[in-house]
Amino acid sequence: MKDLFAVAMLSGIYGLLSASLFVTMDAVDVAFTEASVGAGISTLLMLTTVAMTGRSENTVRHKPVLALVVVFVTGALLIYGTLDMPYFGDVQAAANLHVAPRYIQDSFQEIGVDNIVTSVLASYRAFDTFGEVVVIFTAGIGVLALLTFTRRPKGDTEINSLNDSMHEQYLIVRIVSKILIPFILLFALYVQFHGDFGPGGGFQAGVIFAAAIILYAMLFGMSVARRVINQSFVQLFAAVGVLTYGSVGVASMLNGGNFLDYDVLSDDPVAGQHLGILLIELGVGIAVATVVIIIFFNFAGRIGFSKREGNKE
Amino acid sequence: MMILGLYNYWIVVVLMMIGLYIVIAHGNLVKKTVGLNIFQTSVFIFYISLGKVDGGSAPILAEGVNLYSNPLPHVLILTAIVVSLATTALGLAIVVRIKEAYGSIEEEKIQMEDNKEC
Amino acid sequence: MLAHLPVLQVLIPLMAAPLCLFLRRPYLAWIFTLIVSGLTFLISIILLQQVMTSGSIVYAMGGWEGPWGIEYRIDKLSAFLLLIITAMSTVILCAAHTSIRKEIPKNRQIYFYILYLFSLTGMLGIVSTGDVFNVFVFLEISSLSAYALIALGEDRRALWAAYQYLIMGTIGATFILIGIGLMYQMTGTLNMDDLARRLPEVAQTRTVFVAFVFFTVGVCLKLALFPLHLWLPNAYAYAPSIVTAFLAATATKIAIYLLIRFTFSVFGLSFSFTTLPLQTLFVVLGLVGIFVASTAAIYQKNVKHLFAYSSVAQVGYMIVGYSMGTTIGLMATLLHLFNHALMKSALFLALGAVMYRIGSVQLSGFQGLGRQMPFTMAAIVAGGLSLIGVPLTVGFVSKWYLVLASVENGWWPVAVLILLGSLLTIIYIWRIVEVAYFKDPIVGSEPAKEAPLAFLIPIWLLVGANFYFGVDTRLSIQVAQAASQSLFGVSP
Repeated sequence: MKDLFAVAMLSGIYGLLSASLFVTMDAVDVAFTEASVGAGISTLLMLTTVAMTGRSENTVRHKPVLALVVVFVTGALLIYGTLDMPYFGDVQAAANLHVAPRYIQDSFQEIGVDNIVTSVLASYRAFDTFGEVVVIFTAGIGVLALLTFTRRPKGDTEINSLNDSMHEQYLIVRIVSKILIPFILLFALYVQFHGDFGPGGGFQAGVIFAAAIILYAMLFGMSVARRVINQSFVQLFAAVGVLTYGSVGVASMLNGGNFLDYDVLSDDPVAGQHLGILLIELGVGIAVATVVIIIFFNFAGRIGFSKREGNKE
Repeated sequence: MMILGLYNYWIVVVLMMIGLYIVIAHGNLVKKTVGLNIFQTSVFIFYISLGKVDGGSAPILAEGVNLYSNPLPHVLILTAIVVSLATTALGLAIVVRIKEAYGSIEEEKIQMEDNKEC
Repeated sequence: MLAHLPVLQVLIPLMAAPLCLFLRRPYLAWIFTLIVSGLTFLISIILLQQVMTSGSIVYAMGGWEGPWGIEYRIDKLSAFLLLIITAMSTVILCAAHTSIRKEIPKNRQIYFYILYLFSLTGMLGIVSTGDVFNVFVFLEISSLSAYALIALGEDRRALWAAYQYLIMGTIGATFILIGIGLMYQMTGTLNMDDLARRLPEVAQTRTVFVAFVFFTVGVCLKLALFPLHLWLPNAYAYAPSIVTAFLAATATKIAIYLLIRFTFSVFGLSFSFTTLPLQTLFVVLGLVGIFVASTAAIYQKNVKHLFAYSSVAQVGYMIVGYSMGTTIGLMATLLHLFNHALMKSALFLALGAVMYRIGSVQLSGFQGLGRQMPFTMAAIVAGGLSLIGVPLTVGFVSKWYLVLASVENGWWPVAVLILLGSLLTIIYIWRIVEVAYFKDPIVGSEPAKEAPLAFLIPIWLLVGANFYFGVDTRLSIQVAQAASQSLFGVSP
């Protein structure tokens, strides 16, 4: 397959299919996230990259013997390993008997949240989630470090006006999306705060929020979008997201508990848990939304640069 | 009998290997990144499939439901999906810069350019 | 406050990183990062003292005990590594502001400091945690920041090196993830202590065997063990000088830590060494790595490349010590971990100084540098002596214990090969010395000035440490020995 555009689209379809697979395997939160991230943002980034690198692949084909050997050995090893595994869906599997039952049985008394995945993610294993927020923030900073312009590119205004004039052709899409975008943003907020009761939570909400902004930027042009969303403000806000999460943990420590121990945040431990979860999910949502916006804006801002400036970056 | 119980895992292994193969064998950097994505997503499918419980439902407490699927793998994979996105974003950013610096994103051309400089 | 130290060790650099965004000027970011790094160093000293006197520290995140919550577990091995990482980070940072002024464009400098802090956070997190999935998350934090830091290098080959590292590193991390998943499937837990208790029941299954293999291969990719070392030379050579110094001193050490931690504390020594012929495999790969890499180093024209290959060789030494499976062998590895951090950070910082003054690290550019930059070159020679293993340097101490351990094990050929490796090291160090001291400067080139104090102070601090710890070995040996013994005591 030589067309990279098709490759990117297929990868998006693969993400969507795995999301549906996740639903059939009862992993609704994961399906939600995979659909928005794997089928949405990842594909978007790949397409943006392909826009800059050219649509077709130009490689000389030779026999990939080493790759085949490595893959064959690895695959065989994995299949060998599956032979002793508990069968798919086995209730008695070790994985389902040890740590998980407490989450299922006790989480409602200890935390008071219906969505068990949220209680594990946001409370029992909140430190992992903290690490995850840091990972996405790091990627955002990494993208910034790589794609920030060191000099203001020449002909900036000329390129932007080029973008804008093309958009007049997409009148219907522009009108429809102008109506839809507020609803998308509202949906993002709904997902953010509804994570306790159904699938949802900070990540999915953040991604949906960012998607709305990206939609706006794609249809109305980068220069307009840049006026609406100030770049340095977004960066600072991303930092605020991470710091919010950490501050909840610090507040716990100041109140006598361990880091991220929500029980001590209020007189009633369950209320404390609710408060803690609400705040950290908010931190997550803010961080994810801002970072995805930053990443997209940096990628999109680079389109057209390579064609004009050449390679002295 | 065993095959019916394990076929699920075998299919996932095949998917993983397809992804791994694309990463190693292809020279185009965007394709490599796509392959990496496929590889990682297949690992996620593997994790989720080990949490599934026959007759269970999604791990959200609800009236009348007694058996739930295991929530722990779900939590782990939510994190892993975000990590995978972070890696993809960073990888693609590097690819964009490579394209600007080398004029190509084919592994062989890049190595040729480097050898010229030495 | 004292009870929260384990989490503060990681939390402080973690929260400091986003805060850097609020400081508009790179100079402020540098001072801030330096202070934060110094704080982490102080915390690590206190933690080490605590652990040496009263044993391991356990800290439950969120108040949830393991295995339902994530636990931090600081034992002697972790505390030792925390000390090394934070000390190296702080000293290397002293030269950072000056060095990156010439290597990184101004509007990217703040991002450099943020990524540096995240890299530090990731490494500290990996070493402190007692939960295997947490290891994966923090491993990715440190890896992603490393990829981005390397890609900040001036030369465009830095981009390609960063991309290759990203691909290989992510495959390695995904293998580790697969290993974790398989382990979870058979035991139901993610807590290291809990795993150690539950794995023996299922140790004979094929699944656990495969989990072990995948995990080990993944770690070896990160470790740059021959033949999975391909990403390292380019990544070290083209990254900004400070990044190379920091990564060379810390990144592979983390991977060795993971290997030791998992084989000893999770899988158990007898399982790890009997399921696969791991001892033989590692000894062979380690030795081959030493020879191939040292030989490659001799032929390099770029001095950074030379020392990068030397690092691959040093990893080989560490693996040989580990593969012996004895207390002394492990102690030798831990000592070499400590010593290599000191040696390589000094060397790469000195190379950073050269880069700063003459703008390149090609060997041909070193002509006559011995007279023009005397202190810097003397530091490189001193570091080189340490690498060779001359008495009075730290390098001697670790080589001595390696040979001692091989002899005790009855592995005479290995002892001989280790000494031969030193010979190869002499050759490539001599190449640099010859060009710098015995050749005249290139006709018509501007004479280089000595490196600024911002470089010289940390460089000579590290060189001094090289000699100090080579003579007064109490600290390193005590801790390494205690850590090694406690690891052997714990494993079944």
